[in-house]
Amino acid sequence: MNNKDTFLNGLFKENPTFVLVLGMCPTLAVTTGVVNAIGMGLSTAFVLICSNIFISLLRKFIPDTVRIAAYIVIIASFVTVVEMLLNAFLPSLSSALGMYIPLIVVNCIILGRAEAFASKNGVVASVFDGLGMGLGFTGALMIIAAIRELIGAGTLFGISIFGKGFQGASIMIMAPGAFFTLGLILAVINLISAKKKEGKKNAF
Amino acid sequence: MLSKLLILAVGAILVDNFVLVKFMGICPFLGVSKKVETAAGMGLAVVFVMTCASAITYIVNLALVSLNIDYLRTIAFILVIAVLVQFVEMFLKKSAPALYNSLGIYLPLITTNCAVLGVALLNVTKGLNFVESLVYGAAAGLGFTLAIILMAGVRERLESSDIPEFLKGMPITLITAGLLSVAFMGFSGLSF
Repeated sequence: MNNKDTFLNGLFKENPTFVLVLGMCPTLAVTTGVVNAIGMGLSTAFVLICSNIFISLLRKFIPDTVRIAAYIVIIASFVTVVEMLLNAFLPSLSSALGMYIPLIVVNCIILGRAEAFASKNGVVASVFDGLGMGLGFTGALMIIAAIRELIGAGTLFGISIFGKGFQGASIMIMAPGAFFTLGLILAVINLISAKKKEGKKNAF
Repeated sequence: MLSKLLILAVGAILVDNFVLVKFMGICPFLGVSKKVETAAGMGLAVVFVMTCASAITYIVNLALVSLNIDYLRTIAFILVIAVLVQFVEMFLKKSAPALYNSLGIYLPLITTNCAVLGVALLNVTKGLNFVESLVYGAAAGLGFTLAIILMAGVRERLESSDIPEFLKGMPITLITAGLLSVAFMGFSGLSF
């Protein structure tokens, strides 16, 4: 698999949110607005790319028996870096995301890529894998957040879309809306892939 | 004192349910909720680990603050939790093999349950003292148990019902979770 395929694989074919259904906690929690979603997605992508690079570099030195503990320490270090950077330069985003930033440590996407990809591949390939998976995650968060923000508050990026008279369905911003939105998106994906399969069958 | 603890506990179990309102521990909530028995086992293991983790991270945090290195909190906490889970696993294997066999596979999974790290961090941000941390940890675990058992009960019934093909699996599970979450929103009217 070349680097372009690795990159596109994370973005679409093995999208961490819509296909692998990993890392659900931040996906559901921070998608109340598009700005928060981008902040969370890019923070996670940064940690993912950095930890992929380091784990790939160290893959020959980390003993097999303690590898998970070693991965977690590497990931936690980069999460701490992100936490401090956000606190210093983007305090409003930092307080909006709150404790979901330190919780990036236990995002299963990052540990999953470390175990499944970075520990077996070279540095360059790992960077592309991190980039693809990270951007795939960010894109998925943005889609969910856009739907929730548009229906729930009538805004996108905080800018009013439907004008002042629009009364948002505030349940979409609240907790249940997150479950409904993701559930319906997955249902639509199922429907499309079922249609595609049917189309292939008819062609033969 | 006692009434404050009670409010803290009811708040963590019902009003601010960790799974359905705060979105923590969604992975095991969706992954291990196919049967009521296994869901209950997972829930009990989480209650146990969360209570222990709350106690130990409270002490670790005191040490970090006194050494002025509290920016290492995330790293320290996740290591403590990973070690704790490993330790609990070994301890149960020796002393209570029956319990160990029933929880067995779910124990190692708890390390990556973000609700455990979440409760440890929340204890710090809320500025709770030792006893309050213990109560909050146990209550958060019970809230998780309640949510996962309710979910497993619904999913056992869904198994035999007629669901449109494209909704089968994850979509219907998420929509069910959404409906449960609507029900739990009712508790947000509880005020003391």
